[in-house]
Amino acid sequence: MEDDTPRRKLLWTLAVVVVLVYALIPVIWIISLSLKTPETIGDGRFLPSEWTLHNYSDVFSTGFFTAALRNSIGIALIATVISLAFASMAAYAITRLEFPGKTAILAGALAVTMFPPISVVGGLFNLWRQIGLYDTWIGLILPYLSFALPLSIYILSAFFREIPWDLEKAAQMDGATPMQAFRRVILPLAMPGVFTAGILAFIAAWNDFLFANVLTSTDASRTAPVALAFFRGASQFTDPSGAIAAGAVVVTVPILIMVLIFQRRIVSGLTAGAVKG
Amino acid sequence: MADIVLDGVVKRYPDGFEAVKDLDLDIADGEFMILVGPSGCGKSTALNMIAGLEDISAGELRIEGKVVNQVAPRDRDIAMVFQSYALYPHMTVRENMAFALKLKKTPKEEVDRKVNEAAEILDLNEHLERKPANLSGGQRQRVAMGRAIVRDPKAFLMDEPLSNLDAKLRVQMRAEVARIQSRLGTTTVYVTHDQTEAMTLGDRVAVMLSGVLQQVGSPMELYNNPTNLFVAGFIGSPGMNFMPASLDDGVAHLPMVDVPLPQNVLDRMGREPGKRNLIAGIRPEDFEDAAKVDSQTRSRGTTFSAKLDLVEAMGAEYYAHFGIDAARLQSSDLMELRDDAGGVEEKSESGDTVVVARLNAESNAQSGKPTELWLDATKLHFFDAGSGQSLTYAG
Repeated sequence: MEDDTPRRKLLWTLAVVVVLVYALIPVIWIISLSLKTPETIGDGRFLPSEWTLHNYSDVFSTGFFTAALRNSIGIALIATVISLAFASMAAYAITRLEFPGKTAILAGALAVTMFPPISVVGGLFNLWRQIGLYDTWIGLILPYLSFALPLSIYILSAFFREIPWDLEKAAQMDGATPMQAFRRVILPLAMPGVFTAGILAFIAAWNDFLFANVLTSTDASRTAPVALAFFRGASQFTDPSGAIAAGAVVVTVPILIMVLIFQRRIVSGLTAGAVKG
Repeated sequence: MADIVLDGVVKRYPDGFEAVKDLDLDIADGEFMILVGPSGCGKSTALNMIAGLEDISAGELRIEGKVVNQVAPRDRDIAMVFQSYALYPHMTVRENMAFALKLKKTPKEEVDRKVNEAAEILDLNEHLERKPANLSGGQRQRVAMGRAIVRDPKAFLMDEPLSNLDAKLRVQMRAEVARIQSRLGTTTVYVTHDQTEAMTLGDRVAVMLSGVLQQVGSPMELYNNPTNLFVAGFIGSPGMNFMPASLDDGVAHLPMVDVPLPQNVLDRMGREPGKRNLIAGIRPEDFEDAAKVDSQTRSRGTTFSAKLDLVEAMGAEYYAHFGIDAARLQSSDLMELRDDAGGVEEKSESGDTVVVARLNAESNAQSGKPTELWLDATKLHFFDAGSGQSLTYAG
């Protein structure tokens, strides 16, 4: 079936180029914008006529954006770690144990994800102000968890189901407590699932604009996506597009790093050799 | 090392199904005990209860005299070899074997020494740093054994450890298992559905059917003196031949011939069972080509003529198949045996029931020809057609 005729190769290359261009043009456009000077920003040319890194130094010249980045990284990481810790234990219990209310938990988890965020954000705003969570890290981590947890539980329980139960029995016979069996045998094998869930949870928290916009007001907890919206030019009359573009590029970098680190760990077939089927 | 006692052990599932019914079994210190039976007979459930992986519904399990019904698997100090091996795929062979010792916080030098020792016994030295995925089936099986050996536990439990190997390797590993067990002298409970493994490996064999223990004894006891139809048919390959029979005044009427019974058989049956419906059981090797039986031996039995349907040359012997004119036997034990054999039964042109005879390699028996066969009457077994219980059982 695989015939590597030049014609075939050419067609494939062409197809790949088309897809890449389609996917990357907006990204390149943003990068290009971020490298233009304020005077040429509106010239509509695809490549900047005058190259400058001025926008980037502008972005970091005030503490405003740096603080937002710090908030973003902190909040997204904490939400991810907590959601993974709870989700892995919950998913393990759901796949391995029979207990009353098991289906109710799964259905409940699914139901939570079905609410559009916009429908709860108004209520949260009032509630958070009442109990003092408004404009705090926890105030953002909690709503992020409520969306990341169900997703992680679903992904992880799919992975746990694939792990042969005999391995756990073997660990028990070898003298492991349930916790040791989970931590030293089951969890290492479910790592691809943990990383998959982790990436998705992190991206969801990182990219959120709605909650971050409504539930924050100062540098104490404002995240990067919201900070971008608050950019204005050096003076009242400067177009801030260049700075916003630079900020957008900077915001994508941590996600890129996360994905690059984790995707190497997402190797399938890690359980190969455990049992002969 | 320890003795294991099952005292009236029952496994009852929430839906009321009893997988193991009132199981009594004494396994002596250092003994190699085999649990054998067709699939679904409760043997694996019994093993899991000894391991602690399944709860015991009723009865008592004692290890070294202590009741362990409520003791967690990790505190029973018992090692188990799983049918699937259940090796930890993310650990090397060395880490797999050392896992239990590390959990016990054994000093590192001792762990290394024990792992190396076990690797020596199992010929795994060169593979210690490899992952299970890169090992062959036989090597994985040995790692699973090694994981049990390094712990020096009170007992080994093995759940069909050889059934995933191909036939040749299985025979080789069977010998290996027997060698290791006798070398270490550790109490071993071994579950299998393969009667050959049961016969060759065990000090004693426990035959189970539908959760009920049928008979416990040494392999030869089970073979020569089965307590019922099921044990008689399950142990031995090719299996025992069964046919309807009736008894009249010391003469057994078999479908192919009337056999005057020798005194030893009559003695074993005790009182005359009357003219009830009986089932006669004859092992294939208790037939012989009449021409190859000397006159002295000949007096122990009866000769008859049979038309052979099929003669299989095995090299050291012939398997001769012939049909007898008898209706197919109806017995629950025999149904179980048939299911275990895959649900098929051999058919013959000259009768509904096929008998297999094991003949001397020098026999001139040929398929399609009538041959004079001899039957050793002293080795006959008789069973009650209704209950399946042996009437010739000398227990």
